[in-house]
Amino acid sequence: MMRTSFSERLTDWAVNGFLWGFRILIVLIVVIGTFLTISSGKYTNEQWIDFIVSGISQGSIYALIALGYTMVYGILRMINFAHGEIFMTGAFSGYFFATWLTSTGFMNTNPYIGLTFSIIFAMLISASIAMLVEKIAYRPLRGASRLVPLISAIGVSFFLQYAFRGFFGPGVYAYPSIDALDGDWNIFGIEILKVKIIVVVSAFLMMAILYYVVMFTKMGKAMRAVSENKDVASLMGIDVNRVIVTTFALGAAMAGAAGVLYALIFRQVSFYMGIVPGVKAFTAAVLGGIGNIPGAMVGGLVLGILESVGPALFLESIGIDRPYQLKDAIAYIMLVMILLFRPSGILGERVSKKA
Amino acid sequence: MINKNNFLWNAIKLGLLGGTIGIFFSLVGMIEVFSKRDVIENVITLGDFMLLATAAISGFIATRSQTNSKTITTNLVTGTLAGLTTGGLLALFVWVGSQINLRAVFLNASPVLFDLLTYKKGANGAWLLLEYGALAGLIGSLLFGLPEKTRKPLTNTILFLFGMALFSGLFRVVMINQEGGAAKLAKFLFGQTGLTLSGAFIFFIIVAAFTSLWSGQSKKIQGSYARLPKKGQITVRVILIAVLAFIAIALPQISGPFIAQVIVVVCLYAMMGLGLNITLGFAGLLDLGFVAFFAVGAYTVGLLTSYGPFGLEHISFWAAVPIAVLASMLFGAILGLPVLGVRGDYLAIATLGFGEIIRLLAGSDFLAKYFGGPQGIIGIQKPCLGTLEQFVKIDVPRVCDGLEFAGPKEIYYLALASAILIAFIAWRLQSSRLGRAWMAIREDEDVAEALGINLIQTKLLAYVLGAAFAGLGGAIFTVLVGSIFASSMQLNVSINVVAIIIVGGMGSIPGVILGAIALIGLPELLREVSEFRYLLYGITLIIMMLAKPEGLWPSQTILRELKHNEIMPDTESPNIKA
Amino acid sequence: MTSILTAKKVIKRFGGLVAVNSVDFEIPEKSIVSIIGPNGAGKTTFFNCITGFGKIDEGEITFEGTQIHRLRPDQITRLGISRTYQNIRLFPDMSALENILVGQHLFLHSSWISAVLSTPKVRAEEKMALNEAQRLLNFVDLKGKGDMLARNLPYGAQRRLEIARALATQPKLLLLDEPSAGMNPRETEDLTAFIRKLRDELGISILLIEHHMRVVMGISERITVLDYGEKIAEGTPKEIQNNPRVIEAYLGRGAATEGMANAHERFADSKNSKSN
Repeated sequence: MMRTSFSERLTDWAVNGFLWGFRILIVLIVVIGTFLTISSGKYTNEQWIDFIVSGISQGSIYALIALGYTMVYGILRMINFAHGEIFMTGAFSGYFFATWLTSTGFMNTNPYIGLTFSIIFAMLISASIAMLVEKIAYRPLRGASRLVPLISAIGVSFFLQYAFRGFFGPGVYAYPSIDALDGDWNIFGIEILKVKIIVVVSAFLMMAILYYVVMFTKMGKAMRAVSENKDVASLMGIDVNRVIVTTFALGAAMAGAAGVLYALIFRQVSFYMGIVPGVKAFTAAVLGGIGNIPGAMVGGLVLGILESVGPALFLESIGIDRPYQLKDAIAYIMLVMILLFRPSGILGERVSKKA
Repeated sequence: MINKNNFLWNAIKLGLLGGTIGIFFSLVGMIEVFSKRDVIENVITLGDFMLLATAAISGFIATRSQTNSKTITTNLVTGTLAGLTTGGLLALFVWVGSQINLRAVFLNASPVLFDLLTYKKGANGAWLLLEYGALAGLIGSLLFGLPEKTRKPLTNTILFLFGMALFSGLFRVVMINQEGGAAKLAKFLFGQTGLTLSGAFIFFIIVAAFTSLWSGQSKKIQGSYARLPKKGQITVRVILIAVLAFIAIALPQISGPFIAQVIVVVCLYAMMGLGLNITLGFAGLLDLGFVAFFAVGAYTVGLLTSYGPFGLEHISFWAAVPIAVLASMLFGAILGLPVLGVRGDYLAIATLGFGEIIRLLAGSDFLAKYFGGPQGIIGIQKPCLGTLEQFVKIDVPRVCDGLEFAGPKEIYYLALASAILIAFIAWRLQSSRLGRAWMAIREDEDVAEALGINLIQTKLLAYVLGAAFAGLGGAIFTVLVGSIFASSMQLNVSINVVAIIIVGGMGSIPGVILGAIALIGLPELLREVSEFRYLLYGITLIIMMLAKPEGLWPSQTILRELKHNEIMPDTESPNIKA
Repeated sequence: MTSILTAKKVIKRFGGLVAVNSVDFEIPEKSIVSIIGPNGAGKTTFFNCITGFGKIDEGEITFEGTQIHRLRPDQITRLGISRTYQNIRLFPDMSALENILVGQHLFLHSSWISAVLSTPKVRAEEKMALNEAQRLLNFVDLKGKGDMLARNLPYGAQRRLEIARALATQPKLLLLDEPSAGMNPRETEDLTAFIRKLRDELGISILLIEHHMRVVMGISERITVLDYGEKIAEGTPKEIQNNPRVIEAYLGRGAATEGMANAHERFADSKNSKSN
């Protein structure tokens, strides 16, 4: 009765078959891998806890970066492709500030105050760079077709990366070590690296502050109004441009802080360090439902934990050598899976298909 | 009071902007690197030229944007002031550099840079900066003051001269290769890295004379071409094509392997560009993982032909290419399937993820048994026209009894032919039913579907055909390099391809080719520039989006439209007549 | 007369909101039928349900005996339903001619390989398609405008081009979503005649969403009135004009006591002044 051609039916069939095959494959890998790993008992409980703690600290950094993606998307419906580079600028400014503090000896006598200052400095620099970027490369393109600001953002991303490469060279900078922050703390009988705890605590503190700003201040209310409807908001006397700039600045400040925290864990800074965490934080934002601030936090944590536990839990016992090399692939596959099967994310409200 | 001096303040602002840009160039390392290349030998280096141009442009723009009064004096004062401010800011930068050790943070704030900026005269040099800045600003405002008729040929001449200077090393090498008179002439005109003073002088006269005579002639020639009878037009075209073909065939023999290699790389990127042009330019699907298809093509040919440890079949290149293209098409379908429903920005990130997954898998130890892991695949058999001797044992290349495409000079023909073939296919597809369906999807997916277009099938075909083009590019890349490493399949390659399309003009086939030449060819030829390639890409992408989002060579429809408007201005009576 | 399209108990929800609530509806063959109702009454949503843009939650829609409510938009178009849009949706960066050529997609059969090889069959087909596109351009009085980008056409011409594109799919049923929006009285008159001509000469059934009462009352054979997603009245123009529920829906309670004709004139005027 329908005049569907054979090739059409074939593609329909292939599409459905492929999607189901993909789902089943992923579920099989996860289930079988987990079963085999747990039954083999290769890892002790302490190791698992260690994985999870690493995951949480890594995830809280992703969450901080993801906030910027989510907030900008919420207001402009635009993926700020250069956000990963903003994170990188934060790491660099934190690095130079911390090195200076270390050379004066201040850092080792007052590690927490020194760290706080480094973070604030990084936040300031990142926020100002982001505001400049918004003014030069994004604002004139508001209202153009969607592809145009995205490509401009890709341009910004390259510009920032290679400007920093030009400024500071292609090498990797080793972060100064702060003696006071070395070693473990004992929490509930578990030895945990001090840095990791510091990272998690500061990240959560920052997120709490941001949440307060967005939910309870006048500016936050204006932001939410603009994200609902720009035109109506401007009719209500809200300065939309100022709100947008503030959003960029806030998101960038979070990313800048994340840059310092990231460098605290990994101890190195380089011009290309922004790309991978950037994409992963975007994944986290999508995972939590883009445009949704608590979602970004949850998404970041889930991604961090999965990435840290995943290789050992799912991949190792199904015969994959050195599964840690595929750590990044786990994040990317998750990204594709979410876009495919639950585009609105875990806590999602908005749907990506109509993006 | 402030209002009255508004134009001065404006000039200072623009001057400060110019100075900031100058400092940026210095800190990023461009000035230092570019100073190693002359524009005119012993007179002006590229680095100097850059700074002077910055000051001159800020002078020009300041003059143009000042609205108070257009008298010559205010114009000149504005321009000079802007240039002076630019120079002043640079001088301030030099002074700061002499007071604190900027190098602790900025790698390029080295003594060499400050010597360059001050012409090795220390503090006195800073004054020189002011003088030069003011002078350049003055020139900028003078340039503005000139009537259009003189300004245009003059700027064109300067730009041409600049271009000649950049490529003079190239011309020199090619001409010296010819020996005899050509070599002598080359040494007279071209220095090692720039024009000689005499060369610059001669070129200036020739180009200036040519441009002033030429203005208006091009229309006449077009007119006389149009007046030719149809047969005559065809003859002219055949002659033109024959000349072009002759140049294309003879080129690598004259120019040597370096230029041939550059052209091969341009061709490869043009092929990838034309492939992505189908998915992005025609169908509007932004793919940031396009390198994946290139990788599939490369790995397929590598695995099938390599005489190294990972070679599987040891078949000839010619048999492997169709398989490689089919494999990339299959991958196009596989990667296209899951992202069919994903739109816009999300698609960009999802495909980026795919590209990275492919790279990670190819380079992982997990699959190292098959793809060589980080060590890659080496020992790839070169294509051979003639009989290929039997495979003997691992690590021994098979002997080619005939013409072997051993180096860039031979692979040049392969790449050029493939690029032309692909451009032809793309051109035919563009004006076909399928091409229109793609464009409809790009413009409005829902409406396209409501007009009976099967989105799934049409989008998949865009992925599949785009992938096929990239796969062929990958296949040729493999034999050019002779080895494959997962690390050469970086995200940067995908971004390069996107940049090519954006700069050239989305959906425009000649635009893509132009984009490949501009973005890949030029940096390959100018080693100094290639160091800052991605920085310049970034700037280019932003500027293109701000100023010319349709690209350098926009697609046919838009051109036709422009023409249409010229011929008949819009006179429309909006009545429906039944 | 048999009906070309039948909808039975169609329900469409958006979250908690019921946009179309249990609507029964049919279009007799070769007739002109209108749907009217206040803004937000669910008219366009109902259109979208018919053309497959939004899947209905309950009920069924059949077109010439085929159930269509589970099909994709392209499959529905293939069966012979085509539409225009309330806010014109042409392909802005394609020329007028290309816009129509896209509409002919279904009737061209060249594969991409034969297109690359440019076989004689393909060339003949393309030539035919071009002729047909030119004919349609002339039909909607856009002769000589084929090379212009759709976005540069004047408003009225865009509306007509959109209809020409819809006609290119050779529909048996054409859905027009507020075709007279933004037109002056003169243009509106022409449009009315044009719609009639479509039916009389091409034998196409037409379903119309329209706010302009003079158009609706002038050409419809049957009118369905929606309000808050529910069908509140159905009948000939005469019957609708005198239906108190309709007047109430449009103008609120109390207005029903006024003369219906007057009320509609006022309504139409207020609409016009808004769109101008």
